[in-house]
Amino acid sequence: MTTTDYDRAPRLVDLGSHGSLVGNLEDIWAPKPGLYGWIVSVDHKSIGIRYIVTAFIFLLVGGLEAMVMRFQLARPNERLVTPEQYNELFSLHGITMIFLYALPVLSGFSNYLFPLVLGARDMAFPRLNAFSYWVYLASGIFLYASLLVGAAPNDGWFNYVPYALRAYNPGPNMDFYALGMIFLGISTTVGSVNFVVTFLRMRAPGMTIDRVPILTWGTTTISVGNLLAVPSVSLAFFLLWMDRQFGTHFFRAETGGQPLLWQHLFWMFAHPWVYVVVLPAMGLVSDALPFYCRRPLVGYTAVVVGTITTMVLGFGVWLHHMFATGIPFMALAFFSGASFIITIPSSIAVFSWVATIWTGRPVITTAFLYFAGFISMFVIGGVSGVATAAVAADLQLTDTYFVVAHLHYVLIGINLFAVLGALYVWFPKMTGRMLDESLGKLTFWIVFIGFNVAFFPMHITGLLGMPRRIYTYPDGVGWNAVNMISTIGSVILATGILLYVIVVLKGLKSTERAGDNPWDASSLEWATLSPPPHYNFAVIPYVTSRHPLWESRLPGQGAMFRRDEGLALADGKEALATTAIEAIPDAILKMPEDTAAPFIVTLAMSIGFTGALMHLWWLAGAGALASALGILVWLWPEAELAQRAEEPR
Amino acid sequence: MTDALRYRELPVGSIGHRANGWWGALTLIATEAALFAYLLFSYYYVAVQNGRDWLPAELPGFKLAGPNTIVLVVSSVLVWLGERAIKRGAARIASLWMAGGALLGAIFVTVQYFEWSSKAFGIATSSYGSLYFTITGFHMMHVIVGVVVLLTLAAWSALGYFDSRRNAAVSAGAIYWHFVDVVWLAIFTSLYVTPHLGVG
Amino acid sequence: MLAPWPATPMAYLFGDGDMARSISPLLQGLLAIAILVAAIVSALVIVGAWRQRSALALADTPIDDRPAIAWIGIGVGVSTAVLVGLIVWSTVTMATISRPSQTAAFTIAITAHRWWWEATYRSGDTDQNFSTANEIHIPVGAPVRFTLASADLIHSFWVPALGGKTDVIPGQTNVTWLKADHAGSYRGQCSEYCGAQHAHMAFTIVADPPAAFESWRAAQAKPAAIAQDKGALDGEAVFQQRCSKCHAIRGSRADGDRGPDLTHIMSRARLAAGAIPNNAGWLSAWIADPQHIKPGSLMPKLPLSGRELADVRDYLLTLK
Repeated sequence: MTTTDYDRAPRLVDLGSHGSLVGNLEDIWAPKPGLYGWIVSVDHKSIGIRYIVTAFIFLLVGGLEAMVMRFQLARPNERLVTPEQYNELFSLHGITMIFLYALPVLSGFSNYLFPLVLGARDMAFPRLNAFSYWVYLASGIFLYASLLVGAAPNDGWFNYVPYALRAYNPGPNMDFYALGMIFLGISTTVGSVNFVVTFLRMRAPGMTIDRVPILTWGTTTISVGNLLAVPSVSLAFFLLWMDRQFGTHFFRAETGGQPLLWQHLFWMFAHPWVYVVVLPAMGLVSDALPFYCRRPLVGYTAVVVGTITTMVLGFGVWLHHMFATGIPFMALAFFSGASFIITIPSSIAVFSWVATIWTGRPVITTAFLYFAGFISMFVIGGVSGVATAAVAADLQLTDTYFVVAHLHYVLIGINLFAVLGALYVWFPKMTGRMLDESLGKLTFWIVFIGFNVAFFPMHITGLLGMPRRIYTYPDGVGWNAVNMISTIGSVILATGILLYVIVVLKGLKSTERAGDNPWDASSLEWATLSPPPHYNFAVIPYVTSRHPLWESRLPGQGAMFRRDEGLALADGKEALATTAIEAIPDAILKMPEDTAAPFIVTLAMSIGFTGALMHLWWLAGAGALASALGILVWLWPEAELAQRAEEPR
Repeated sequence: MTDALRYRELPVGSIGHRANGWWGALTLIATEAALFAYLLFSYYYVAVQNGRDWLPAELPGFKLAGPNTIVLVVSSVLVWLGERAIKRGAARIASLWMAGGALLGAIFVTVQYFEWSSKAFGIATSSYGSLYFTITGFHMMHVIVGVVVLLTLAAWSALGYFDSRRNAAVSAGAIYWHFVDVVWLAIFTSLYVTPHLGVG
Repeated sequence: MLAPWPATPMAYLFGDGDMARSISPLLQGLLAIAILVAAIVSALVIVGAWRQRSALALADTPIDDRPAIAWIGIGVGVSTAVLVGLIVWSTVTMATISRPSQTAAFTIAITAHRWWWEATYRSGDTDQNFSTANEIHIPVGAPVRFTLASADLIHSFWVPALGGKTDVIPGQTNVTWLKADHAGSYRGQCSEYCGAQHAHMAFTIVADPPAAFESWRAAQAKPAAIAQDKGALDGEAVFQQRCSKCHAIRGSRADGDRGPDLTHIMSRARLAAGAIPNNAGWLSAWIADPQHIKPGSLMPKLPLSGRELADVRDYLLTLK
């Protein structure tokens, strides 16, 4: 038994006079070596980077799927792929981009940045953090295994019934999708738990709730959203799986089931989800754009209120995906009105960014270009969405390429552009190296032009009446030219993305060292080394404003922030908990060591899900039991984590 | 400013509601509550869409479910007593209360299983049957998990792992158990009471 | 036949029928506002960025940031006003299109199948009831009511030039209406993904002048012409043996209901839900190997000899 005190006053130290502290922390927080060390690591920085890399791999895979689709659609009556192949491609493309790229890449940035921007040593639940990554990876592999056996999902990412039911889809395609999504939902849920508790508990002293970066507002808000929305889709897929395996009657019209129940449950999740995959990206821009405008964000409070309001209202508009299904007038009117209104909170940030550029001193870096492009694409995507909010207009626009244009402007424009810019901002912090600026700007223009050439014409394609999800189209209906242009644009875009990846790989080998703060940025993560040490901050600093590293140069702030003076927490792996609003020190937390438990539980769960997929119920049960035992071992109270009563001394 | 950091003694580790685990338990409850909300939404949606004749001829009865509800409520009381006991430092007594709560939970599961086997319909008989068994089944799974949690807490308490300050796990487990209880009240109302009020 | 631009069969920015023409102004207005807003914001970003500085000193941020925050206030204020206006306009349009301006002349019962459209015309006299497929005639100038039922999955009934789409959902019957103001052919296409051949599930609404419509209707209601010459008679025998399980020909013993009613197949301009033209060559090709034209179609490739194929085709060619 260790002799951990029940209470302790942490020492306030000045690093100048406590040189040995850093050495101690290095020893305490040192990771384990080699591949084993990588598997058992619970360091949020390592996990965050893994998320980003894995998400980018899925982005490229999804992009390849899209390229095949675009070549198939370049000309009428093309026979590059069979109908079934095309249907699997468009389904996998949607699933990959929306579930395996869009949120995970933002989770990666959030994971990496939360403790650093909040002034903490790690996330609230480091082992759970590792677990959420492993489950993400496992569920992605599980979903793609369907492709390996030639039975990929083929009913689109929204998977409507009855086509998804066994009568019409007897193969395992839908079972891969259903079980894979339930599996992935576990990752999303525990990740959300982690962000919420970290935001509320793990901030540096003095970082009151109105001083936290917008990224953390964005990610925490969507994490609450996820906690409330993900169960809807997990349930929908579970009920589908039951209808398919056990003959239940949730969705089968012939026996009292309701095909529209699927659509309600799905969209009650999936509409909030579209805000989940953009609000953190908007947060990244809200935090980083100011660095390149040399002034704080305009209207911090308005942007925060806009973020939260958008997420809340996002739960009240799902029916706008179902306007053509024969819904009563009053319901249509309500959801249409709500869909118009949600434009307002979601546009607050746009006005804020424009104001920040206009009242600031813009510096045109690669990141700034991506953010500028992002703002423009955001608005185009937003206004095309407003067009679909009008029911009568939507009855023409829905299920055409107009919607395809809209969704790509919001997903690529808001999520991808923000991510490509954000990587330029934080790559120096993550690796200690700079990315090539001239190549970066060139790449930006190729991506920007390629994207617009590919997707802007799709607005017109939709207005010319081309429905979604068709593997080919006839000659003479007027869709030839627009499709060819989109295909050419997609080739340019793909080239740009490839170039971007090459620039990043080149950057990893670059000899140009970035300092702690190459952009002269304002937030806490720039007050530590690049890359940060494993313990993030040698002493936990006291925060007195939103812009610790700028406050001495901004009017009305004192020069209070001292990066080298703060609380020393070095009695083992320790972090500080503070109160939720005022950020007053509240407890000393003991942080867990690296452990294989998250990896092993993930393996057990994978076995369980595989057993369920293959109807090997003993295997499914064994996997479930092994998972339960693994979790029990993981949660077993440990003296080193100060979870146990101490022996009287 | 940094004066605010001087001389303050802080609790170390899993102390009461300062433990991250407590906050994690609250978020877990939020997401599970949402799950049951969507389950009940499905029930009401299918009921309303199907109209008058959707309910089975023999409505779910109170003979078994009524007393079973009381069993579950009492189990929550026992668990609450256990949490109070550990906050006083009475680890052995806390262990007994937890075990008692677990036992009542196991009784709930057994009685419900009997109720299930006496039904004239199965999960694949009709959309009503599918919803009835899936909703009560999800709840039953949560009860079973809760029983395991309570037994584990009882064991850990008996092993002397907790005292009057370090007992966050007990609070987390207890709030989960109370949540499961409240969910049952919502399910009971929806599936057993509202048919008599004209829903479905 | 269609509006100024774009003159392609499936365009709807300028509608033709009553419902589509009610929607068009709203759609055009929304797009105009969209383009305007996107242009303004993009211009602000570009011009704002143009005033770049190379020095990295922090901007002079005043303690009172209210002028800057005013951007947000103005933006939100203007957006709100525009959006409220759009809500009113949208709701009014929605009410307008919810029912036709006059009562519908009659009802056509549409049943959507994988991957074709069945249209059943009923009147008071059941002898005059008939079903046809994929080519749906209506009289010009009169609103027609459509009931929409599904034989299998979710589909969506959409004729862009005439009006908005309505989904066809198993277990419920949705209702819509259309009114054509000019004679002509209007292309429709299924617009809810329904599996392998969703791409080839088109249909045509043919708006006839009233007299022409009545004679079309009377002709469709008649039973099939009796086969006369030997080739056609042989073909009829092949048909009864090999095709009647799925297809019906009124006036013969064939009464299958899984595939389209072929009583007057040669009255239609196209085959296979718009996929191919209807003439002897394409008809042969379709019967010989439907899977080549529509892979995954529920019509199997039948092992017919050359003789049988020619005979059954000749028989069908008599069914005008």
